[in-house]
Amino acid sequence: MNKLIYLDNAATTKTAPEVVEAMLPYFSEYYGNASTIYDFAGKSKEAIIHAREQIASLLGANKEEIYFTAGGTESDNWALKTTFEAYKAKGNHIITTKIEHHAILHTCEYLEKERGARITYLNVDKNGLIDLDELKAAITPETILISVMFANNEIGTIEPIREIGQIAKENGILFHTDAVQAYGQVPINVDECHIDMLSSSGHKLNGPKGIGFLYIRKGVKIRSFIHGGAQERKRRAGTENVPGIVGYGAAAERAGASMKERTDKEILIRDHMIKRILEEIPFSRLNGDPVKRLPNNINVSLEFIEGESMLLMLDNYGICASSGSACTSGSLDPSHVLMAIGLPHEVAHGSLRMTLSEETTMEEADFVVDRLKDIVANLRSMSPLYEDFMKKQNQ
Amino acid sequence: MYSEKVMDHFQHPRNVGEIENASGVGTVGNAKCGDIMRMFLDIDDETHIIRDCKFKTFGCGAAVATSSMATELVKGKTIEEALQVTNKAVMEALDGLPPVKVHCSLLAEEAIHAALWDYAEKHGIRIEGLKKPKNDISEGEEEEDY
Repeated sequence: MNKLIYLDNAATTKTAPEVVEAMLPYFSEYYGNASTIYDFAGKSKEAIIHAREQIASLLGANKEEIYFTAGGTESDNWALKTTFEAYKAKGNHIITTKIEHHAILHTCEYLEKERGARITYLNVDKNGLIDLDELKAAITPETILISVMFANNEIGTIEPIREIGQIAKENGILFHTDAVQAYGQVPINVDECHIDMLSSSGHKLNGPKGIGFLYIRKGVKIRSFIHGGAQERKRRAGTENVPGIVGYGAAAERAGASMKERTDKEILIRDHMIKRILEEIPFSRLNGDPVKRLPNNINVSLEFIEGESMLLMLDNYGICASSGSACTSGSLDPSHVLMAIGLPHEVAHGSLRMTLSEETTMEEADFVVDRLKDIVANLRSMSPLYEDFMKKQNQ
Repeated sequence: MYSEKVMDHFQHPRNVGEIENASGVGTVGNAKCGDIMRMFLDIDDETHIIRDCKFKTFGCGAAVATSSMATELVKGKTIEEALQVTNKAVMEALDGLPPVKVHCSLLAEEAIHAALWDYAEKHGIRIEGLKKPKNDISEGEEEEDY
C-alpha cells in the first residue's frame, strides 16, 4: 500500500492535533451549557468568548460581529435569505457570479423561484475574474446585495474583493463574500475591503467539521435564520457547539500565525507542480489565474482524457485529488465554474484539481507529477479523441 | 463505489487498441457528456464469427470497464450471438454498476451495434434485428428521463 498523499485540502483538511487537544476538555470536563448561570458553565462561556476573539482578529473585526453557525453552507444561506427579507422594502435584486459555490447558487435559485428575487449572475473572464464594469452596470436602485466569493474553490482565483467592496459602499449596497476557501489562507480585513458579511467554515483550515461562522458588520439588520433560544445575541438559536467553537478558534489562531511561512512554502510547491505539468505533459493547460490564486490550488486540464478515470488511477498510488468532470458530479455536465471560464466540454471533463497543505513536500509533488505523466499517457493511449487528434495532426 | 470486477477491468482493460483494416468500426457517445467509445471488429465473412474485437474509450472508470467487458463478451461469438449481448449482460458480468453509470453499459451495447452496422453497410448485407445505431446515446437517454 502506498503512503497517502492527500491533495484535496479544498474539500476538507486534517484537524490539527493541537486543535483536537484544545477541544478535548470541552467534551467531558467542561461540558456545561453556556446559557446557564452556575459557575461550572463559566468555562464554556469563557471559551466561546476567547474563540470569538481568535476568529475576529484574523479579519480585523470585533468579536461581537462573529456569529457561529454549523458551517459555510448555513452561513451563506443565512446571509442571502435574511438579507432578502430584511431589505425587501428597498428592492429585490441581488448580484452574484456564475462561479459561486452551490451554497450560494442554489440559494439564489430558491430566492428567484420561490420568493420573487431578481438575480444577476456576473460573467467571469478566462481566468475566472469578474469584470468590475459589468458589476457597476448591473447595479439598479433595487439592488440590495452583492455576493461575490473571495476565492473560488475549484480554480483558486482570488476576486478583486477590495474593489467590489468599494463599489458596494459607494452605491449603498450590502456586500457579502463567501470566504470559505480564503479565510486563514490569505490576509483579509473586513474594513479595508468594505465587507458587510463573510462566510467561513472551520474544516477548511485544519479545524473541526460542523462549525462555521457568519461575520455580520454592526448595523447590518439581518435577523435570525435559525429560530429558538437566545444564543449568539439572539441571532442564531441552538446550544453552542462549544468543542467545535473552541477548535475553530484554535485553528484560526494557528492559521493566522503560520500564514506567511505556510503559504510561501505552498506557493513554491504549487508553482513547481504547475510548471512541471505544463512543460512535461503535452496538451495541458492551467485553469484559473496564475497569480491571483490561492496559495495551495492547482487546477489543470489534460486534454483527451476524462477526470474520473484519472482520479481512480491516482488513487491507486494513494493520491487523493478531485476533478470537475461530469462523472464526478453525478450529472452529465461538467463543473459550472469550468464552463463559466469558457472551457469546451471535453476539456472541462479532463480537469484535475490538487490542493496542497502545509504538510505537502516537494518530494511528494514530484512523485505526483511523475505518476500523472504515466497516467495521462496511458489514458491517452486508449482515448479515441486522442487518436483522432493525432491522425489529423499527421495529415 | 465500483465492484471489484469493474475496478479490475478498469485497471487492466482487455482488448485495448485498434484493429487495422477492421471489418467494422463503430463510434458512439459524445465528448460533451464525457464518454466516447470506439469498437473495432474483425469478422470472418464466411462464418460470421467475431475473430477479434478491440476498443478505445474516452470516459470514466465505468466507461472503460464496460467497453472492456463488452469486447470479452462478443469475442468468438457469431454476429447473431453478439447481438444478444445487451447492456444488462455487460452489467451483470461486471457484478453491477452504480445507477448513475448505467448509461455506460448502454453505450457499450450501442458501440457493438454501431460496429456491426458498419460491417453490414460495407458488405451490403442486412443483419436481422440490428437497427441503425444512434450516434449519440445521451440524446435518447435524456428523452427517456421525461
